[in-house]
Amino acid sequence: MNPTDLVDRASLRDDVPVFAPGDTVKVNVRVVEGTRERVQAFQGAVIRRQGSGVRESFTVRKVSFGVGVERTFPVHSPVLASIERISQGDVRRAKLYYLRDLRGKAAKIKEKRSVR
Amino acid sequence: MLLLCTWHPAGARSNQLTSAPVLGASSRGASRADTAWHNRSALRRGFLPVRSVRVKNERWNFLMADKALVGEKVGMTQVWDDQNRVVPVTVLKVSPCRVVQIKRPESDGYSALQVTYGNKKVRSMTKPEAGHFDKAAVEPGVRLVELRMDDTNGYELGQELGADLFAPGMRIDVTAVSKGKGTAGGMKRHNFKGLPASHGAHRVHRAPGAIGACATPARVFKGTRMAGRMGAAKVTTLNLEIVSADVERELVLVKGSVPGPRGGLVLVRNAIKGRP
Repeated sequence: MNPTDLVDRASLRDDVPVFAPGDTVKVNVRVVEGTRERVQAFQGAVIRRQGSGVRESFTVRKVSFGVGVERTFPVHSPVLASIERISQGDVRRAKLYYLRDLRGKAAKIKEKRSVR
Repeated sequence: MLLLCTWHPAGARSNQLTSAPVLGASSRGASRADTAWHNRSALRRGFLPVRSVRVKNERWNFLMADKALVGEKVGMTQVWDDQNRVVPVTVLKVSPCRVVQIKRPESDGYSALQVTYGNKKVRSMTKPEAGHFDKAAVEPGVRLVELRMDDTNGYELGQELGADLFAPGMRIDVTAVSKGKGTAGGMKRHNFKGLPASHGAHRVHRAPGAIGACATPARVFKGTRMAGRMGAAKVTTLNLEIVSADVERELVLVKGSVPGPRGGLVLVRNAIKGRP
């Protein structure tokens, strides 16, 4: 435990769902336009989770109109309205940077099937 | 008489010592001499250096502080501000300080508060130390620290100073002993650029380059910046902003970084710049 953890506790969110690299998530981001605030969704695959505590962040990658787009969010940022996990991915590594070099079907992440 | 009036450096200096020093350059020089780390043994015992020179000058008008506190650096982290931006903060632990001695211009030549914090067993103290706390009727603390003030009127012995001195948005100066870097080269110590990586540079990439001319003056000037001991010196960071002050948990969050290692002693005072 770090001595500053006590201070960080106030900044931590308690509504962060369980999600891991490979999962498909929908991140609802609060966007302020002038005086109006609306929620914008960013849906894609989590390609990394990095850091710990209040500084933890994750990166979501999606392909938009044939162009790869990546956004990195702090996990505990108050800008995020919510994070939804859409599906669980079946991947073997923690950092999925190899997806950047793949196109089309090859870039698809297999869905994890729970053993019944 | 004539002889006395001629300018002589040594004579001029002794003259200043006996009479009140003139404001400006001379008093500045005096303060620099005090803050030099010549009193190493006292430092080891945990005392920050106090001024050994008495400046008996009524016209002393340098700003010191209206409010001051002693704290301990806990570490750095981040918080979100009201616009959801990240603010890097340093966490300072400020346990309540108790005033042990009040220094006044009439009796001591300057204004300061001598404070202590924490707890220390009387058994493990020397008798003079215990007696000093006894005289002020203050519970003994781990250290005695002096806080220079503009005016010590209104303070009383045993008074407790806490985090409530500071409010969010206030500007402060933080003084501490910086982290020691040991022997450091010119690039690290004085931000020298070093020598080229190629174009014939051979094993001199981090060397300082030239340090002077040739037969004239045939020596290296004093004060030429070179490699040597770096850090472990008193450093003051000016105009830091208070992000929050939590009296209950005795924590103060300061925007930005603060000199010194985690667990190090820091002196906090309200900023001397930008005051009316």
